[in-house]
Amino acid sequence: MSVNKKIDKAAVREELIENYPRKVARKRAKQILVNEKIDDDEENIEVKEIYANVRTTPGIITQRGCSYAGCKGVVLGPTRDIVNITHGPIGCGFYSWLTRRNQTRPESDTDENFMTYCFSTDMQDQEIIFGGEKKLRQAIQEAYDLFHPKSIAVFSTCPVGLIGDDVHAVCREMGETLGITCFGFSCEGYKGVSQSAGHHIANNQLFKHVIGKNDEPDEGKFRINLLGEYNIGGDAFVIDEILKKAGITITSTMSGNSTIKAFEKAHTTDLNCVMCHRSINYVADMIEKKYGVPWIKVNFIGAKATAKSMRKIAEYFEDEELMKQVDEVIREEMVEVEKVRKEVYEKCKGKTAMLFVGGSRAHHYQELFSEIGMKTVAAGYEFAHRDDYEGRRVLPSIKIDADSRNIEELTVTADPERYAPRVDEEKAKRLSAKGYDFKDYEGMMPDMDKDALVIDDISQHETEKLLEIYKPDIFCAGIKEKYIVQKSGIPCKQLHSYDYGGPYAGFKGAINFYREIDRMVNATVWKLIQAPWEKAASPTLEASFIEG
Amino acid sequence: MLLRHTTSEIKERGALTINPAKTCQPIGAMYAALGIHGCMPHSHGSQGCCAYHRSTLTRHYKDPVLAATSSFTEGASVFGGQANLLAAIDNLFTIYDPEVIAIHTTCLSETIGDDVGQIIGKAKETGKIPAGKDVFYASTPSYVGSHVVGFSNMVKSMADYFSAEKSPKTGSVNIIPGWIEPADIRELKRIVASAGLDAIMFPDTSGVFDGPLTGKYAFYPGGGVSAEQLRKTSGSEATLSLGTAASVAAAKVLDNKWQVPYENLDLPIGISAMDRFVTALQQSTGKRVSEDILLERGQLLDLMSDMHQYFYGKRVALWGDPDQLVALTEFLADLDMRPVYIVTGTPGRAFEKRIEKALNGRVPEVKVKQGANADMFLMHQWIKNESVDLLLGNTYGKYISRDENIPFVRHGFPILDRIGHQYFSTVGYKGGVRLMEQILTALLDQKDRLSPEESFELVL
Repeated sequence: MSVNKKIDKAAVREELIENYPRKVARKRAKQILVNEKIDDDEENIEVKEIYANVRTTPGIITQRGCSYAGCKGVVLGPTRDIVNITHGPIGCGFYSWLTRRNQTRPESDTDENFMTYCFSTDMQDQEIIFGGEKKLRQAIQEAYDLFHPKSIAVFSTCPVGLIGDDVHAVCREMGETLGITCFGFSCEGYKGVSQSAGHHIANNQLFKHVIGKNDEPDEGKFRINLLGEYNIGGDAFVIDEILKKAGITITSTMSGNSTIKAFEKAHTTDLNCVMCHRSINYVADMIEKKYGVPWIKVNFIGAKATAKSMRKIAEYFEDEELMKQVDEVIREEMVEVEKVRKEVYEKCKGKTAMLFVGGSRAHHYQELFSEIGMKTVAAGYEFAHRDDYEGRRVLPSIKIDADSRNIEELTVTADPERYAPRVDEEKAKRLSAKGYDFKDYEGMMPDMDKDALVIDDISQHETEKLLEIYKPDIFCAGIKEKYIVQKSGIPCKQLHSYDYGGPYAGFKGAINFYREIDRMVNATVWKLIQAPWEKAASPTLEASFIEG
Repeated sequence: MLLRHTTSEIKERGALTINPAKTCQPIGAMYAALGIHGCMPHSHGSQGCCAYHRSTLTRHYKDPVLAATSSFTEGASVFGGQANLLAAIDNLFTIYDPEVIAIHTTCLSETIGDDVGQIIGKAKETGKIPAGKDVFYASTPSYVGSHVVGFSNMVKSMADYFSAEKSPKTGSVNIIPGWIEPADIRELKRIVASAGLDAIMFPDTSGVFDGPLTGKYAFYPGGGVSAEQLRKTSGSEATLSLGTAASVAAAKVLDNKWQVPYENLDLPIGISAMDRFVTALQQSTGKRVSEDILLERGQLLDLMSDMHQYFYGKRVALWGDPDQLVALTEFLADLDMRPVYIVTGTPGRAFEKRIEKALNGRVPEVKVKQGANADMFLMHQWIKNESVDLLLGNTYGKYISRDENIPFVRHGFPILDRIGHQYFSTVGYKGGVRLMEQILTALLDQKDRLSPEESFELVL
């Protein structure tokens, strides 16, 4: 479609929900908005309130997964030196076995890497009846005898919570017996309303059991943690490379290409940089409270965003040399970026995109599209909360419902010995005078155009309607949606798995993405769908194909 | 090394499964239900199950896989899932208008003891099921059996539900093809038609996972067995069930309820199993085997003799699902290969007996394991102790293949890293040709890669 095509957004919103039973329509109406900027002050854009992080309607056909997927699949899955045992029937462990594309690069050929393995207690009916603790204990012992890992983690699936297995007690006991870090996650699939609950549970346990175990800081003048970067398709490698080039050292990445060794000293760093706000802001907050490490929001998706984020990190350290080095890296990298961008821009400008995915990517990837002249006409998250849409300013007004209340909220206080605020009052003042924001995420909606559609937890029905009404040039979602979209003759880019491509982060990633989108929207196959004899029968259609 | 922690030292395990050769029941139930036309599979559990199953099936087929979920929260897990399921049934009929909803349970709903039959009854009473529409369910607890058992349970429920009443005699034969690919079903239909037989095949995933790109998305794909056909299964002359693990349970239901006699056969993969299938077809029709089929048999034999020198004595490790493994084992032995390691996570002692029968003493060194701790880790350890010339199984074998430098042919479920396999059948005589061609290519590619320069051959 062309950007200028007139679509009545309010009418679209009505059309999306008109087939729903009344109760469902009422609920969905609060999760579908036409973007509007109530207060459009540059500094403080206020947007409408969206209903998010709420239960999915049964039977509506959702994109969402479960708490286990968020905990084991997303946050802990990419850590290579932990033996991750799924406690439950075989399925959950099987489906999360190597399917998320978190690349990892062990330091040597003999370094531990358990990511290629799937470990499960393969719970049977007798354990459902008599309890599974005995089998879990034995499974941990067997894993230890075979592999002697530094750490074993246990992930609870739905039936474990229901039959009352105390995985934490078993882990504590086995950890003591074996002399290793052994910890459990109560991430049963029914917890919370989406993967998001699992992220929170994972963050809590990492904070309780791992972070802070090693006070030995890494060498390096400018040290940061990169939080919420999972190294899909090698994104973290690219980010690591450019930061290193600029003289910035990453203490710990959570959790792409990660090790438990690195997590243990995460608190010794000087700045936490948060990529995916949704999945990991909890850890950033807790580290700040306990150890005094501040956090900032960064984004390495998009060339401009990458440059901006690198400068933001450099500004924090207030070091001229570093600033210069960062500028130099940006200047060097942007030469190739601009060359490719201009070339792709000519072929993609004016085209439209829709993004319905994840908890941060639907926002971040809009940057890349805009760099090649494409406009995001509708977007939404799969499992984000209001603050990811509207910005953190709404945090105090978010009502805690029964589903969120079930997820443990850790009370964190300053560590009596190790709390060391990295930013003193003077520095805070200096930075603030320059407009430097800590702990801030403005959310997706202020960045989107007025009149763009914003839809939380989009359903299958709404997806189909949107495709039909808008006919966007590209749709971004996940594997479950991909072929549904493509059967309609519209390319669908997977933004979970990157369609087995990438990296898309940083400058090199931006180049990859520009080229990939060019390939997808301009592929010959879409132009061949209509057979010549059909074209002959409908000359108007043919004309529109030529124009398009 | 990608599986760097796997060593040749085998330690007895009783609790830990590593790199499983199976997954859980509900995905099999979902797959089977998608073989009914206009059917919406529904997962009664938390929404992660449904997301995982849809993702895995989609990655395998690179085609749409639609299914719904009861989206259990903690509250539903405590108070029962009735309200969620009733809402789901109402929403599904209102929004997506399926002909049939096929519900399967999960470990969650089974553990809390939801009575799905009663909930469906309630949905009916309260008018949530429109007239002429069907809702049925299969109990598929993830902590029993495997995905194959889930498939079997759903097919059994299908047979049971739709044969509530005795259909008038139709003169047809029921064929329960088991967990095979869309192309396999198309091939079976062709073979059956060429035998002059009128058959009802269920479930039927042809036209479901091999849909065309037309620019118009069809929410319910054209394929699948219709509810109307399923209602006629009780009026068929007989049932042929292909595969003891996946199909015989449904055949027994029709026999017990309506005295439709059944014959249980192996999946017709490879020459011997296909010969038995053709014999069974011939017996039901009383006609001679068609010229087409005879020609195809001859062609397969011709290639068997052409390729024999490369197959003879080659050791093979295979893993996957019982019905496939039994037929493949027999075929490999017929090629004078040596299927030495055979592993399935699907439990059942019958499997070992079936393998024994398929081999008939031809490979005395064979190691077979099924059920608990029969996993790819153990199979890899066997390989570490004494290697093989070929790996045959699902995508997960690629890690062993790379580490051990062993040729690998993908077969079974899931195949996540190659595209188009659903278009190539491995059943029937023609399917045998396809399999042999794949195996030979893998073996000879390896030979070409490893041959010293002086013995690198142009003609093979």
